[in-house]
Amino acid sequence: MSTFVAILTRDLRFNAARMALPVAFFLLVATLYPFAVGPDAALLGRTGAGIAWVAALLAALLPVERLIAPDAAAGMLDQYAVRGISEELAAAAKLLAHWLAFAPALMLACVPAAALLALDGRALLQLELGLLLGTPGLAALGLMTAALTASERGGAALTGLVMLPLAVPLLIFGAGGGLKLLAATSLLLVAIAPFAAGAAIRAARS
Amino acid sequence: MTPRLTFDSVTGVRGGRTLFEGVSFDLAPGDALHVSGANGAGKSSLLRIAAGLLKPKAGAVTAQGQVALADERIALDLELPLGKALGYWASIDAGELSFALAGTGLTELAQVPVRMLSTGQRKRAALARMKASHGHIWLLDEPANGLDADGVTMLEGVIARQRARGGIVVVATHQPLDMPEAQRLAL
Repeated sequence: MSTFVAILTRDLRFNAARMALPVAFFLLVATLYPFAVGPDAALLGRTGAGIAWVAALLAALLPVERLIAPDAAAGMLDQYAVRGISEELAAAAKLLAHWLAFAPALMLACVPAAALLALDGRALLQLELGLLLGTPGLAALGLMTAALTASERGGAALTGLVMLPLAVPLLIFGAGGGLKLLAATSLLLVAIAPFAAGAAIRAARS
Repeated sequence: MTPRLTFDSVTGVRGGRTLFEGVSFDLAPGDALHVSGANGAGKSSLLRIAAGLLKPKAGAVTAQGQVALADERIALDLELPLGKALGYWASIDAGELSFALAGTGLTELAQVPVRMLSTGQRKRAALARMKASHGHIWLLDEPANGLDADGVTMLEGVIARQRARGGIVVVATHQPLDMPEAQRLAL
């Protein structure tokens, strides 16, 4: 358990230091969208939540490249392995650290974004609830993708191609308001992510 | 537990190419093994097989006791001061940071970010990580690379102390290293 906390603390510190960029990216998209479609509040209010979800998805992509690859290259993951720390435990700690650094910041950024996208209070609440349920699934997808692409050159471009299609269910249920299905999808992804990522880390060694 | 490291006619393969075949040795507490060989002969792969990171193509590997590995990658956070970066592993291994740094010539460098360290200082830092790890079986990959004469003497002393404590040391290097009564393996 203390190993889990140690890995979590280290990763959280590094992830939190890198979180400004994705959040700024998310806010930038929310700022640009009204310029592109015009200031029509009714149109913005109708489409704003969907744009917020797409922006959240793209912002979730940005930190993925740095989740696993630097630790694999620096030999940290091998050092965990020789200590008998399972890849699954390390991956689970990384998943939680990624979500903690990413989701609260994004949900906070949704408040100014809602103003920019002319979302009313009810729509904002719906969006925040959706992100609360959906971001664990996004983080899990990000971790699995990071583990799969860690040893590949050109991982950054590959990351989007692997992760975005898999995020379609989260996007549909999240933006469409199917919160129970969203929660179920998220739960499933979180449940399999440490095992899938752990297997990918092991496979990259041989 | 009595540490022990045994290779029984082990074959190592990397990228489909056979590096070595039928390698056997048996290391008991206090033993050391000097693995030598040309570049690409499979010294690092042998250490990775001993560490359990790579599966041998054939043969059996038995490692009893906690393994500690120092390969060509430093496995320390480059942005952190050396003391904190080593402290991370010390906290996971329940090791003593001051004990790890003692005698490695790094005590004054504890506040310096790891990325500012020279090649030799990084090798010393990796050795400090090994000391803090409480590992019984030390696997060292080219530990003398970049070390000055003092550094090599320090390294030989640290290895001797690990053996005297009942540990096992495997060193893969193409450089001469003074390890009394060490077994030798040429790949």
